[in-house]
Amino acid sequence: MDFSFYFDLPLWLRTALQGIAVIAVIFPISAACSMAERKIAAWVQGRPGPNRAIVPWVAPIPFVGRFLQRLGVFQLMADGGKFVFKEDVIPGHVNKFYYYIAPLLALIPALTTVTFVPFGAYWDAAAGTLKPLILANLDVGLLAVFAISSLGVYSVIIAGWASNSKFPFLGSVRASAQLISYELSMTLSVLPVFLWTNAPGGNGTLSLFDVVQTQSQPGFFGGMWYVFLMPLSAFIFLVALFAETNRQPFDMPESESDLVGGFHTEYGEFKWSLFFVAEYAHMLVGSGVFTLLFLGGWNPLPWVPLAPLIEGLPIWLGGLIGIGVFLGKVLAAIFFFMWVRWTLPRFRYDQVMKLGWQKLLPLAIANLIFYALAIALIETRG
Amino acid sequence: MAVIPLERKPLSFAERTYLPQIASGLKTTLRHLFQPKETLEYPEQRPEIPTGYRGVPTLVKDPNGREKCVSCQLCEFVCPPKAIRITPGEIAPDAPTAHVEKAPQEFEIDMLRCIYCGLCQEVCPEEAIWLQNQYTMSGYTRAEMVNNKVRLYELGGTLPDDHFKWDKKKSAEEHGNAH
Repeated sequence: MDFSFYFDLPLWLRTALQGIAVIAVIFPISAACSMAERKIAAWVQGRPGPNRAIVPWVAPIPFVGRFLQRLGVFQLMADGGKFVFKEDVIPGHVNKFYYYIAPLLALIPALTTVTFVPFGAYWDAAAGTLKPLILANLDVGLLAVFAISSLGVYSVIIAGWASNSKFPFLGSVRASAQLISYELSMTLSVLPVFLWTNAPGGNGTLSLFDVVQTQSQPGFFGGMWYVFLMPLSAFIFLVALFAETNRQPFDMPESESDLVGGFHTEYGEFKWSLFFVAEYAHMLVGSGVFTLLFLGGWNPLPWVPLAPLIEGLPIWLGGLIGIGVFLGKVLAAIFFFMWVRWTLPRFRYDQVMKLGWQKLLPLAIANLIFYALAIALIETRG
Repeated sequence: MAVIPLERKPLSFAERTYLPQIASGLKTTLRHLFQPKETLEYPEQRPEIPTGYRGVPTLVKDPNGREKCVSCQLCEFVCPPKAIRITPGEIAPDAPTAHVEKAPQEFEIDMLRCIYCGLCQEVCPEEAIWLQNQYTMSGYTRAEMVNNKVRLYELGGTLPDDHFKWDKKKSAEEHGNAH
C-alpha cells in the first residue's frame, strides 16, 4: 500500500487531520478507560458493575448482544450522552473566564503530549529499518512530553482558584504541590535510561523511539527491557507517574472523601467530563511513556524484537501488529493503575510530601549516581 | 484487672517500605476480581422472603371466598401512623353470609403512611388483614399509593383458614349448641 498521497497533502491539512485523529482516538479510549475503571472497581468489590444499558438494534443479536450488555459497553454511550445533554450550571460565585478556561487547559496538554509518543512501528522496506508511527517525531521526545504534560497543573490551579470556594481551592493547592514535587523524582528516574542509550561519542537523543530501538538489539543486554536492567528507575518512575496522574494512592486533588470532589467540585456536565478525559489521557500517555522506556515498547517479549517478525509482512499488517503489542502493554499498565486504585487507601497529604521529598527524591538521586558510575565503569572498561 | 504490657515491635525494613503490604493487598483484590459476584440482580432475581416477613398489608378471603373483615375498625384505631381508613358497611340480608352482619364498605390503606409495623395484623380478631410478601409499591401520584378495598383483596388473595368461625357459628345457631 502506498501512503505517499498523504504526504502530498498541504501541511495544514495534514496537521489538522492528525489533530483530529488524536482526538478521535484518545477520546474514545479515555471513555472506555472510565468504563473499565467502573467495571474493575465493581469486580474488585464483588459486584457485576454496569450491565444494563443496551441499544435496541444490538439487543436481538444472540449471545454477542447479551455479552456486550453485560460488559457495560453501552453504558459508556449513555454516560457520554448524559454529559452532553445535562444542564450547564455555572455557580454564581465563580470567575467565569478562568472557570471556562480551566477544563480546556486540562485537555490541551493532555492531548498534545500524545503527538510525541510513538505508538507503534512499521518496517520500511526501502530504507531497511524500523520506522516509528508517531505524529511528531521530535528529537527531544521525552522532554517535550514532560514539558507539556506538566502544564496540566495549571488547569488544576486555575480550576481551583476560579471556583472561588474552599474545597476546590484546598484540592488545587495540594495537587499543585504534589505535581511539582513528584516531577523531580520522575525526571531523575529516567536519566539513567538515557545515560545508557546515549553512548558517548554518538548523537545524543531523547527520542522515545530510539529508547525502544536500544531495547530491541541482539544479545543479552541488547534485548533486555530496561525494567530488568534498571528496576529501581522503573519503580520510581511508576510511583511518580501515579502521583503525576493524580491516581490513588496519591489522589490529592480529588480526595472525594474529604474535599467533596477537589478541584472540580464546582464543575458539572461536559466541562467536568473534559477534566475526566484529560485525566485518562494523562494516564494513557504516562503508561505509554512507561511502556516505551521500561517495557520495550512494541517488542512483544523481552529478547524478542518486533522488526524480524514483521519484516516480510505487508506494511499495514506489520504496523498493526506493532500498534497492537504497544496498545496491549499500555492497557495492561492502565489495568495496573486501576487495580492499585481499588487496593490502596489514599495517603495523607503530609505523607505524600514526606514520601516525595524525603524518600523518593534521595532514592532517585542515589539511583542516578549509581547508574552514572556503573555506566562510566562499563564504558571505560569496554 | 490485670494489665498486660504488650511489646510494640519496631517495623522491619520491608514493612517500612510498605511494598510487601501493597503486594499482598494487590493479591487480595486480584482474587476478588475473579471471584463470583455477590450482587443479587434485583428485578430479575428476587431475594428469598423469610416466613413471618412483614410486607404490604393486604386483606384476605377465606377458602370459601368470604371476605373475612367485619369492619370492627380495631386496625384503624391501633394503626400508629393512621394509615388505615375504614367505612363500615352492612351485609345484605339475603346474602349467604348475612349472619356475619358487617363488612367494610370501603377499606383504604395509605401506603405513604404505612410503617409496616404489623400491629393491624396482630390486633385483627378475624385474621383478615395480613402483611404478606410483597415489598415493592410504586406509583406516580399520591392517590395511586392508597390501596382501596378492591386492590387490597387483589393483593391479599385467599389464605387457609383453621377455624371457619362464622360457619361454625351458623351451624350452631341452626343445629343447636355445639359446645
